[in-house]
Amino acid sequence: MRSFSLIDFVSLFTALRWTVALVVLALAFGAPLALGLALGRISRFAGLRWAMAACIQVIQSVPLLGLLFFFYFGMPMFLGIQVPAIIAVTVAYTLYTAAFLGEIWRGGLEAVKQAQWEAGACLGLSAWQQFRHIIAPQALRLSLPPTVGFLVQLIKGTSLASILGFVELARAGQVVSAATFQPLLTYALVAAIYFALCLPLTLWSRTLEARLDGSR
Amino acid sequence: MNFLPLWRYQNQLIDGAIVTLELTVISAVCGLLIGIAGAVALNGRITPLRWLVRGYIELFRNTPSLIQIFIVFFVLPNFGLKLPAFEAAAVALSLYFGAYSVEIIRSGLDSIPRSQVEAGACLGLSGWQVFRHIILPPALRNAYPAVTSQFVLLLLGTSLASQVAADELFHVAGFIESRTYRSFEVYAVICAVYFAMAMSFKALFAIIGVAAFRWPRRR
Repeated sequence: MRSFSLIDFVSLFTALRWTVALVVLALAFGAPLALGLALGRISRFAGLRWAMAACIQVIQSVPLLGLLFFFYFGMPMFLGIQVPAIIAVTVAYTLYTAAFLGEIWRGGLEAVKQAQWEAGACLGLSAWQQFRHIIAPQALRLSLPPTVGFLVQLIKGTSLASILGFVELARAGQVVSAATFQPLLTYALVAAIYFALCLPLTLWSRTLEARLDGSR
Repeated sequence: MNFLPLWRYQNQLIDGAIVTLELTVISAVCGLLIGIAGAVALNGRITPLRWLVRGYIELFRNTPSLIQIFIVFFVLPNFGLKLPAFEAAAVALSLYFGAYSVEIIRSGLDSIPRSQVEAGACLGLSGWQVFRHIILPPALRNAYPAVTSQFVLLLLGTSLASQVAADELFHVAGFIESRTYRSFEVYAVICAVYFAMAMSFKALFAIIGVAAFRWPRRR
């Protein structure tokens, strides 16, 4: 047992880079997939719509912790080779991000009136041009507040990677708490760091929402 | 892949699922009560109380549930309040659910135009009658989808209680894993059980929604 010192502060803050890395990885792979899911959900083909809806339902009905364990133990089994834990975890966070962002973005796309697509078609734009120049900018504006809100969920969700041994913020907190026997100070500090990361995003999301409300 | 060794543990799985459901329902009920109290306080005239509720909401919505469970479980004993794992998780999850419910319930109440309340008063209804017949039904209908989806997230979130060894479903998974060494199979089964529970609740809520509120509304 030792007292809480500067070293412990430093170790908490350096552990932050894993929190950030997991968020960046989840977004980098999850966001394109989410766009695909959202487009699939509004597609003309019923089969595709159903398949995408089923994927999203499954992922949203399983705990994130379950997803993490499923891929952590399942990836080596499916592929028949050892994969680094980071890959398994990235796959889990990617699917989690894709499912939730996909639904959010679908909501944004559906909120843009059908007539706007038709107007684009009347102007002789191709389907992609309609999406790119008419629908996407409006949908983006509408779905920005919930997207930022989801980012907060994602940041909080990375704390679960601690359970698989990633030394991110939550895990560093456990380590420091065990070493110093100061759970109060340590966990208060950990919570404060998460709070400092998430609160600005929450407030930003709320401002965006208020602005959207005013402009309609 | 071999699921057979897990068959012997079906009773533990069922027990774990029951504890998960208990934890979810207890936290949801307590959380909703907190949410109603908080929404009333937010609409009230006592400014310090409003600030207090605001602070509570922001604090619990912007920190991970896992850390909140750790704090209740590991930190409260320092103040002489030692809770068993299940109770600690229930307290933490109630407060977490409560923070989200305040906003949901408040926005449900806020969605009723002021003029409707005044119209009710013009008809000679008492304050309670206005609340009961004019505000409550549409407020419930507006808040219903958000409350139910938050409930399903809570059900999935109870898995975090395993980290302080509350004997719910996910903790049972760890137990079975340690006995059988069938890590992947165990977690695949556990995921399937959560999926079945979540889908059942979604279906139930959809039926209740249609029956009670004719929801989703026809346009």
